Amino acid sequence: MAEKITLELVTPYRKVLTEEVDEITATGALGEFGVLPGHAPLLTSLKIGELSYKKGGGVSHLALNWGYLEVKDDKAIVLVETAERADEIDLERAKAALGRAEEALKKLTIEDKDYRVMEAALERATIRMQVAAKAARK
Amino acid sequence: MPSLKAIKKRITSVKNTRQITKAMKMVSAAKLRRAQENVVAARPYAQKLGEVLERLAKSSDVEGIPLLEKRVAEKALLIVVTSDRGLCGGFNANICKAAERFLKEKKSEYSEISLLTIGRKGHDFLKNRHRIWKNYANVLSSPNYQIAALIAREVIDGFLSEEYDEVFILYNAFRSVMSQDITLTQLLPIVPPAAEEEEHAPEYLYEPSKGELLKEILPKHIEVQVFRALLESVAAEHGARMTAMDSASKNATEMIGKLTLQYNRARQAAITKELMEIISGAESIKG
Repeated sequence: MAEKITLELVTPYRKVLTEEVDEITATGALGEFGVLPGHAPLLTSLKIGELSYKKGGGVSHLALNWGYLEVKDDKAIVLVETAERADEIDLERAKAALGRAEEALKKLTIEDKDYRVMEAALERATIRMQVAAKAARK
Repeated sequence: MPSLKAIKKRITSVKNTRQITKAMKMVSAAKLRRAQENVVAARPYAQKLGEVLERLAKSSDVEGIPLLEKRVAEKALLIVVTSDRGLCGGFNANICKAAERFLKEKKSEYSEISLLTIGRKGHDFLKNRHRIWKNYANVLSSPNYQIAALIAREVIDGFLSEEYDEVFILYNAFRSVMSQDITLTQLLPIVPPAAEEEEHAPEYLYEPSKGELLKEILPKHIEVQVFRALLESVAAEHGARMTAMDSASKNATEMIGKLTLQYNRARQAAITKELMEIISGAESIKG
Protein backbone atom coordinates (compact mmCIF):
# COMPACT_ATOMS: atom_id res chain seq x y z
CA MET A 1 0.00 0.00 0.00
CA ALA A 2 1.25 3.39 -0.88
CA GLU A 3 2.10 5.65 1.99
CA LYS A 4 1.08 8.87 0.37
CA ILE A 5 -1.74 10.16 -1.73
CA THR A 6 -1.36 12.78 -4.41
CA LEU A 7 -3.73 15.67 -4.07
CA GLU A 8 -4.45 17.78 -7.11
CA LEU A 9 -6.64 20.84 -6.84
CA VAL A 10 -7.84 22.41 -10.06
CA THR A 11 -10.00 25.49 -10.69
CA PRO A 12 -10.97 27.00 -14.05
CA TYR A 13 -8.29 29.61 -13.58
CA ARG A 14 -5.34 27.55 -12.52
CA LYS A 15 -3.99 24.47 -10.87
CA VAL A 16 -3.95 25.46 -7.25
CA LEU A 17 -1.78 22.71 -5.90
CA THR A 18 -0.28 19.33 -6.54
CA GLU A 19 1.11 17.71 -3.46
CA GLU A 20 1.90 14.41 -1.85
CA VAL A 21 -0.11 14.26 1.33
CA ASP A 22 -0.85 11.82 4.12
CA GLU A 23 -4.54 12.42 4.61
CA ILE A 24 -7.34 14.50 3.15
CA THR A 25 -10.50 15.61 4.89
CA ALA A 26 -13.31 17.25 2.94
CA THR A 27 -17.00 18.05 3.17
CA GLY A 28 -18.94 15.91 0.75
CA ALA A 29 -22.56 15.96 -0.26
CA LEU A 30 -23.32 13.46 2.50
CA GLY A 31 -21.08 14.98 5.14
CA GLU A 32 -17.48 15.17 6.13
CA PHE A 33 -15.22 12.33 5.12
CA GLY A 34 -11.57 11.46 5.09
CA VAL A 35 -9.38 9.94 2.42
CA LEU A 36 -6.33 7.91 3.31
CA PRO A 37 -3.83 6.28 0.96
CA GLY A 38 -5.25 3.11 -0.53
CA HIS A 39 -8.80 4.43 -0.66
CA ALA A 40 -11.19 2.72 -3.06
CA PRO A 41 -12.07 4.63 -6.21
CA LEU A 42 -14.58 7.31 -5.29
CA LEU A 43 -16.41 10.11 -6.99
CA THR A 44 -18.31 12.57 -4.91
CA SER A 45 -19.61 16.09 -5.05
CA LEU A 46 -18.38 18.58 -2.51
CA LYS A 47 -20.42 21.17 -0.74
CA ILE A 48 -19.27 24.66 0.06
CA GLY A 49 -16.90 23.82 2.81
CA GLU A 50 -13.47 23.16 4.06
CA LEU A 51 -10.79 20.88 2.76
CA SER A 52 -7.80 20.09 4.85
CA TYR A 53 -4.88 17.87 4.30
CA LYS A 54 -2.13 16.52 6.48
CA LYS A 55 1.38 16.55 5.28
CA GLY A 56 4.29 15.65 7.48
CA GLY A 57 3.29 17.04 10.84
CA GLY A 58 1.31 20.04 9.61
CA VAL A 59 -2.27 20.50 8.56
CA SER A 60 -3.28 22.90 5.81
CA HIS A 61 -6.74 24.26 5.30
CA LEU A 62 -8.52 25.53 2.21
CA ALA A 63 -11.93 27.06 1.68
CA LEU A 64 -13.74 25.49 -1.25
CA ASN A 65 -16.74 26.54 -3.20
CA TRP A 66 -18.69 23.67 -4.71
CA GLY A 67 -16.95 21.00 -6.66
CA TYR A 68 -15.99 17.36 -7.09
CA LEU A 69 -13.51 15.00 -5.65
CA GLU A 70 -12.31 11.94 -7.42
CA VAL A 71 -10.06 9.32 -5.90
CA LYS A 72 -8.35 6.77 -8.04
CA ASP A 73 -5.11 4.88 -7.64
CA ASP A 74 -3.89 6.97 -4.72
CA LYS A 75 -4.58 10.15 -6.59
CA ALA A 76 -7.20 12.60 -5.45
CA ILE A 77 -8.36 15.14 -7.97
CA VAL A 78 -10.46 18.01 -6.72
CA LEU A 79 -12.35 20.12 -9.24
CA VAL A 80 -13.72 23.28 -7.71
CA GLU A 81 -14.87 26.66 -8.86
CA THR A 82 -12.88 28.56 -6.31
CA ALA A 83 -10.35 27.48 -3.74
CA GLU A 84 -8.50 29.67 -1.33
CA ARG A 85 -5.70 28.76 0.97
CA ALA A 86 -6.16 29.88 4.51
CA ASP A 87 -3.47 32.53 4.17
CA GLU A 88 -5.01 33.89 0.98
CA ILE A 89 -8.35 34.65 2.52
CA ASP A 90 -9.23 38.29 2.81
CA LEU A 91 -10.88 38.33 6.20
CA GLU A 92 -12.20 41.86 5.83
CA ARG A 93 -13.89 40.96 2.57
CA ALA A 94 -15.37 37.80 4.01
CA LYS A 95 -16.76 39.76 6.94
CA ALA A 96 -18.24 42.35 4.62
CA ALA A 97 -19.77 39.62 2.47
CA LEU A 98 -21.20 37.96 5.55
CA GLY A 99 -22.79 41.23 6.62
CA ARG A 100 -24.24 41.82 3.17
CA ALA A 101 -25.64 38.32 2.91
CA GLU A 102 -27.23 38.54 6.35
CA GLU A 103 -28.83 41.86 5.50
CA ALA A 104 -30.18 40.54 2.24
CA LEU A 105 -31.52 37.36 3.82
CA LYS A 106 -33.52 39.35 6.35
CA LYS A 107 -35.41 41.03 3.55
CA LEU A 108 -35.97 37.97 1.40
CA THR A 109 -38.37 35.13 1.95
CA ILE A 110 -37.63 31.53 1.19
CA GLU A 111 -39.64 31.68 -2.03
CA ASP A 112 -37.43 34.35 -3.56
CA LYS A 113 -35.09 33.30 -6.28
CA ASP A 114 -32.26 35.21 -4.71
CA TYR A 115 -32.71 33.53 -1.37
CA ARG A 116 -30.63 30.54 -2.25
CA VAL A 117 -27.99 32.70 -3.88
CA MET A 118 -27.62 34.76 -0.77
CA GLU A 119 -27.71 31.67 1.40
CA ALA A 120 -24.81 30.26 -0.57
CA ALA A 121 -22.97 33.56 -0.20
CA LEU A 122 -23.53 33.42 3.52
CA GLU A 123 -22.20 29.90 3.67
CA ARG A 124 -19.13 30.80 1.67
CA ALA A 125 -18.34 33.75 3.87
CA THR A 126 -18.77 31.66 7.01
CA ILE A 127 -16.47 28.95 5.73
CA ARG A 128 -13.85 31.48 4.71
CA MET A 129 -13.86 32.97 8.17
CA GLN A 130 -13.68 29.56 9.80
CA VAL A 131 -10.73 28.52 7.70
CA ALA A 132 -8.94 31.81 8.25
CA ALA A 133 -9.49 31.49 11.96
CA LYS A 134 -7.96 28.02 11.99
CA ALA A 135 -4.92 29.25 10.18
CA ALA A 136 -4.54 32.16 12.57
CA ARG A 137 -4.64 29.89 15.59
CA LYS A 138 -1.57 28.02 14.50
CA MET B 1 2.10 66.64 -59.27
CA PRO B 2 1.12 67.53 -55.71
CA SER B 3 2.94 70.40 -54.12
CA LEU B 4 5.87 69.89 -51.79
CA LYS B 5 3.84 71.04 -48.85
CA ALA B 6 1.04 68.57 -49.56
CA ILE B 7 3.45 65.64 -49.74
CA LYS B 8 5.14 66.67 -46.53
CA LYS B 9 1.79 66.80 -44.81
CA ARG B 10 0.92 63.31 -45.97
CA ILE B 11 4.22 61.93 -44.75
CA THR B 12 3.57 63.36 -41.31
CA SER B 13 0.09 61.93 -41.19
CA VAL B 14 1.22 58.46 -42.25
CA LYS B 15 3.96 58.62 -39.64
CA ASN B 16 1.39 59.36 -36.99
CA THR B 17 -0.72 56.45 -38.11
CA ARG B 18 2.27 54.19 -37.96
CA GLN B 19 2.95 55.23 -34.44
CA ILE B 20 -0.58 54.29 -33.43
CA THR B 21 -0.53 50.93 -35.17
CA LYS B 22 2.83 50.14 -33.63
CA ALA B 23 1.55 50.97 -30.17
CA MET B 24 -1.55 48.86 -30.73
CA LYS B 25 0.59 45.99 -31.80
CA MET B 26 2.64 46.17 -28.64
CA VAL B 27 -0.48 46.32 -26.48
CA SER B 28 -2.00 43.35 -28.28
CA ALA B 29 1.19 41.38 -27.88
CA ALA B 30 1.11 41.92 -24.14
CA LYS B 31 -2.58 41.09 -23.90
CA LEU B 32 -2.13 38.05 -26.08
CA ARG B 33 0.41 36.63 -23.71
CA ARG B 34 -1.96 36.99 -20.78
CA ALA B 35 -4.86 35.54 -22.76
CA GLN B 36 -2.76 32.61 -23.81
CA GLU B 37 -1.80 31.93 -20.23
CA ASN B 38 -5.47 31.93 -19.31
CA VAL B 39 -6.27 29.42 -22.01
CA VAL B 40 -3.52 27.13 -20.81
CA ALA B 41 -4.55 27.55 -17.18
CA ALA B 42 -8.14 26.61 -17.92
CA ARG B 43 -7.19 23.47 -19.77
CA PRO B 44 -6.59 21.08 -16.85
CA TYR B 45 -9.98 21.84 -15.35
CA ALA B 46 -11.81 21.29 -18.61
CA GLN B 47 -9.87 18.13 -19.26
CA LYS B 48 -10.45 16.63 -15.83
CA LEU B 49 -14.12 17.50 -15.92
CA GLY B 50 -14.36 15.86 -19.32
CA GLU B 51 -12.77 12.72 -17.93
CA VAL B 52 -15.14 12.58 -15.00
CA LEU B 53 -18.10 13.14 -17.29
CA GLU B 54 -16.95 10.45 -19.61
CA ARG B 55 -16.63 7.95 -16.82
CA LEU B 56 -20.05 8.81 -15.49
CA ALA B 57 -21.75 8.72 -18.85
CA LYS B 58 -20.15 5.42 -19.63
CA SER B 59 -21.21 3.65 -16.51
CA SER B 60 -24.63 5.03 -15.83
CA ASP B 61 -28.03 5.11 -17.32
CA VAL B 62 -28.32 8.27 -19.38
CA GLU B 63 -32.02 7.92 -20.11
CA GLY B 64 -34.24 10.58 -18.70
CA ILE B 65 -31.61 13.21 -18.07
CA PRO B 66 -32.92 16.30 -19.81
CA LEU B 67 -29.59 17.76 -20.84
CA LEU B 68 -28.68 14.60 -22.71
CA GLU B 69 -32.05 14.08 -24.27
CA LYS B 70 -32.26 14.33 -28.03
CA ARG B 71 -35.47 15.94 -29.13
CA VAL B 72 -36.81 16.45 -32.59
CA ALA B 73 -34.74 19.42 -33.60
CA GLU B 74 -37.00 22.25 -34.59
CA LYS B 75 -35.63 25.35 -33.01
CA ALA B 76 -31.94 25.99 -32.77
CA LEU B 77 -29.82 28.55 -31.03
CA LEU B 78 -26.48 29.67 -32.33
CA ILE B 79 -24.04 31.40 -30.02
CA VAL B 80 -21.65 33.61 -31.92
CA VAL B 81 -18.54 34.81 -30.13
CA THR B 82 -16.97 37.92 -31.63
CA SER B 83 -14.96 40.77 -30.20
CA ASP B 84 -16.04 44.08 -28.77
CA ARG B 85 -13.52 46.07 -30.71
CA GLY B 86 -12.53 46.22 -34.30
CA LEU B 87 -9.17 46.72 -35.98
CA CYS B 88 -8.27 43.09 -35.84
CA GLY B 89 -8.20 42.10 -39.47
CA GLY B 90 -10.72 39.59 -40.68
CA PHE B 91 -11.41 38.24 -37.21
CA ASN B 92 -15.00 39.40 -36.91
CA ALA B 93 -15.83 39.33 -40.60
CA ASN B 94 -14.83 35.69 -40.83
CA ILE B 95 -16.91 34.60 -37.90
CA CYS B 96 -19.92 36.56 -39.10
CA LYS B 97 -19.60 35.04 -42.54
CA ALA B 98 -19.42 31.59 -40.98
CA ALA B 99 -22.56 32.41 -38.98
CA GLU B 100 -24.35 33.51 -42.15
CA ARG B 101 -23.32 30.34 -43.87
CA PHE B 102 -24.54 28.24 -40.98
CA LEU B 103 -27.88 30.04 -41.00
CA LYS B 104 -28.28 29.56 -44.71
CA GLU B 105 -27.32 25.90 -44.72
CA LYS B 106 -29.44 24.92 -41.75
CA LYS B 107 -32.45 26.98 -42.70
CA SER B 108 -34.21 23.96 -44.10
CA GLU B 109 -33.46 21.77 -41.08
CA TYR B 110 -34.95 23.98 -38.42
CA SER B 111 -38.11 25.98 -38.32
CA GLU B 112 -36.30 28.75 -36.52
CA ILE B 113 -32.74 29.65 -35.65
CA SER B 114 -32.10 32.29 -33.03
CA LEU B 115 -28.87 33.95 -32.18
CA LEU B 116 -27.07 34.79 -29.02
CA THR B 117 -24.17 37.11 -29.62
CA ILE B 118 -21.23 37.68 -27.36
CA GLY B 119 -19.26 40.76 -28.30
CA ARG B 120 -20.40 44.02 -29.81
CA LYS B 121 -19.13 43.47 -33.34
CA GLY B 122 -21.13 40.36 -34.03
CA HIS B 123 -24.24 41.96 -32.66
CA ASP B 124 -23.81 45.02 -34.87
CA PHE B 125 -23.33 42.86 -37.91
CA LEU B 126 -26.14 40.38 -37.36
CA LYS B 127 -28.83 42.44 -35.68
CA ASN B 128 -30.31 43.82 -38.86
CA ARG B 129 -30.67 40.52 -40.57
CA HIS B 130 -31.66 38.04 -37.92
CA ARG B 131 -33.46 37.66 -34.68
CA ILE B 132 -31.08 38.16 -31.81
CA TRP B 133 -32.27 36.43 -28.70
CA LYS B 134 -29.73 37.90 -26.35
CA ASN B 135 -26.60 39.89 -26.55
CA TYR B 136 -23.69 40.11 -24.19
CA ALA B 137 -21.37 42.97 -25.00
CA ASN B 138 -18.36 44.26 -23.14
CA VAL B 139 -17.80 41.03 -21.27
CA LEU B 140 -14.66 40.10 -23.12
CA SER B 141 -12.17 42.59 -21.76
CA SER B 142 -11.62 40.26 -18.82
CA PRO B 143 -13.40 36.98 -19.41
CA ASN B 144 -14.23 35.38 -16.11
CA TYR B 145 -15.96 32.22 -15.09
CA GLN B 146 -18.94 33.99 -13.59
CA ILE B 147 -19.94 35.47 -16.93
CA ALA B 148 -19.50 32.15 -18.67
CA ALA B 149 -21.61 30.50 -15.98
CA LEU B 150 -24.28 33.15 -16.39
CA ILE B 151 -24.46 32.66 -20.14
CA ALA B 152 -24.48 28.89 -19.70
CA ARG B 153 -27.37 29.14 -17.25
CA GLU B 154 -29.40 31.20 -19.69
CA VAL B 155 -28.77 28.72 -22.45
CA ILE B 156 -29.60 25.74 -20.26
CA ASP B 157 -32.82 27.37 -19.14
CA GLY B 158 -33.71 28.03 -22.75
CA PHE B 159 -33.05 24.42 -23.58
CA LEU B 160 -34.97 23.02 -20.63
CA SER B 161 -37.99 25.20 -21.29
CA GLU B 162 -37.92 23.77 -24.81
CA GLU B 163 -37.35 27.18 -26.30
CA TYR B 164 -34.49 25.59 -28.17
CA ASP B 165 -33.91 22.00 -29.11
CA GLU B 166 -30.31 22.32 -30.12
CA VAL B 167 -27.61 24.80 -29.18
CA PHE B 168 -24.41 25.45 -31.06
CA ILE B 169 -21.50 27.71 -30.32
CA LEU B 170 -19.39 29.34 -32.99
CA TYR B 171 -16.09 30.92 -32.07
CA ASN B 172 -12.55 31.57 -33.19
CA ALA B 173 -10.26 29.04 -31.63
CA PHE B 174 -6.73 30.14 -31.02
CA ARG B 175 -4.32 28.08 -33.04
CA SER B 176 -1.35 30.37 -33.39
CA VAL B 177 -0.70 34.08 -33.45
CA MET B 178 -1.18 34.10 -37.18
CA SER B 179 -4.16 31.86 -37.57
CA GLN B 180 -7.52 31.21 -35.97
CA ASP B 181 -9.75 28.24 -36.48
CA ILE B 182 -13.41 28.90 -36.80
CA THR B 183 -14.94 26.24 -34.61
CA LEU B 184 -18.52 25.11 -34.40
CA THR B 185 -19.44 22.90 -31.46
CA GLN B 186 -22.72 21.48 -30.36
CA LEU B 187 -23.41 22.47 -26.77
CA LEU B 188 -26.81 20.94 -26.21
CA PRO B 189 -28.00 18.30 -26.04
CA ILE B 190 -24.69 17.10 -24.70
CA VAL B 191 -23.23 14.38 -26.81
CA PRO B 192 -21.87 11.88 -24.32
CA PRO B 193 -18.29 11.01 -25.06
CA ALA B 194 -17.92 7.78 -26.96
CA ALA B 195 -17.97 4.89 -24.54
CA GLU B 196 -14.74 3.04 -24.88
CA GLU B 197 -14.67 -0.32 -23.26
CA GLU B 198 -11.94 -0.34 -20.69
CA GLU B 199 -10.30 -3.61 -19.93
CA HIS B 200 -10.93 -3.42 -16.27
CA ALA B 201 -13.10 -0.62 -15.11
CA PRO B 202 -12.54 -0.23 -11.39
CA GLU B 203 -15.69 -0.17 -9.37
CA TYR B 204 -16.28 3.33 -8.12
CA LEU B 205 -18.07 4.51 -5.05
CA TYR B 206 -20.45 7.32 -5.82
CA GLU B 207 -21.73 9.89 -3.42
CA PRO B 208 -24.55 10.75 -3.92
CA SER B 209 -25.81 8.41 -6.63
CA LYS B 210 -24.43 8.35 -10.15
CA GLY B 211 -27.51 9.93 -11.64
CA GLU B 212 -27.43 12.77 -9.15
CA LEU B 213 -23.78 13.40 -9.85
CA LEU B 214 -24.33 13.37 -13.57
CA LYS B 215 -27.18 15.83 -13.24
CA GLU B 216 -24.95 18.19 -11.35
CA ILE B 217 -21.92 17.81 -13.50
CA LEU B 218 -23.59 18.37 -16.87
CA PRO B 219 -24.38 22.06 -16.36
CA LYS B 220 -20.80 22.52 -15.21
CA HIS B 221 -19.68 20.95 -18.43
CA ILE B 222 -21.63 23.55 -20.41
CA GLU B 223 -20.19 26.34 -18.31
CA VAL B 224 -16.69 25.14 -18.90
CA GLN B 225 -17.29 24.86 -22.62
CA VAL B 226 -18.59 28.41 -22.81
CA PHE B 227 -15.73 29.61 -20.65
CA ARG B 228 -13.22 27.93 -22.89
CA ALA B 229 -14.80 29.39 -26.00
CA LEU B 230 -14.57 32.86 -24.48
CA LEU B 231 -10.93 32.44 -23.52
CA GLU B 232 -9.99 31.00 -26.88
CA SER B 233 -11.81 33.76 -28.69
CA VAL B 234 -10.10 36.47 -26.66
CA ALA B 235 -6.68 34.98 -27.30
CA ALA B 236 -7.47 34.65 -31.00
CA GLU B 237 -8.68 38.23 -31.11
CA HIS B 238 -5.46 39.60 -29.70
CA GLY B 239 -3.47 37.41 -32.05
CA ALA B 240 -5.47 38.64 -35.02
CA ARG B 241 -5.12 42.25 -33.94
CA MET B 242 -1.42 41.87 -33.47
CA THR B 243 -0.99 40.47 -36.96
CA ALA B 244 -3.24 43.11 -38.49
CA MET B 245 -1.41 45.92 -36.75
CA ASP B 246 1.93 44.49 -37.70
CA SER B 247 1.07 44.48 -41.38
CA ALA B 248 -0.48 47.95 -41.05
CA SER B 249 2.78 49.23 -39.61
CA LYS B 250 4.70 47.60 -42.42
CA ASN B 251 2.42 49.16 -45.01
CA ALA B 252 2.84 52.54 -43.40
CA THR B 253 6.62 52.23 -43.53
CA GLU B 254 6.43 51.31 -47.18
CA MET B 255 4.16 54.24 -47.89
CA ILE B 256 6.47 56.65 -46.10
CA GLY B 257 9.31 55.41 -48.29
CA LYS B 258 7.32 56.01 -51.43
CA LEU B 259 6.20 59.44 -50.35
CA THR B 260 9.70 60.45 -49.35
CA LEU B 261 10.92 59.48 -52.78
CA GLN B 262 8.18 61.52 -54.35
CA TYR B 263 9.00 64.44 -52.10
CA ASN B 264 12.67 64.37 -53.02
CA ARG B 265 11.89 64.17 -56.69
CA ALA B 266 9.56 67.11 -56.48
CA ARG B 267 12.19 69.07 -54.57
CA GLN B 268 14.83 68.29 -57.15
CA ALA B 269 12.50 69.22 -59.99
CA ALA B 270 11.82 72.56 -58.34
CA ILE B 271 15.55 73.25 -57.93
CA THR B 272 16.25 72.33 -61.54
CA LYS B 273 13.48 74.59 -62.68
CA GLU B 274 14.82 77.48 -60.67
CA LEU B 275 18.34 76.95 -62.00
CA MET B 276 17.07 76.88 -65.55
CA GLU B 277 15.26 80.14 -64.99
CA ILE B 278 18.35 81.81 -63.56
CA ILE B 279 20.59 80.57 -66.36
CA SER B 280 18.21 81.59 -69.09
CA GLY B 281 17.78 84.99 -67.40
CA ALA B 282 21.54 85.46 -67.29
CA GLU B 283 21.83 84.37 -70.90
CA SER B 284 19.32 86.96 -72.03
CA ILE B 285 21.09 89.78 -70.15
CA LYS B 286 24.44 88.74 -71.65
CA GLY B 287 22.98 88.75 -75.11
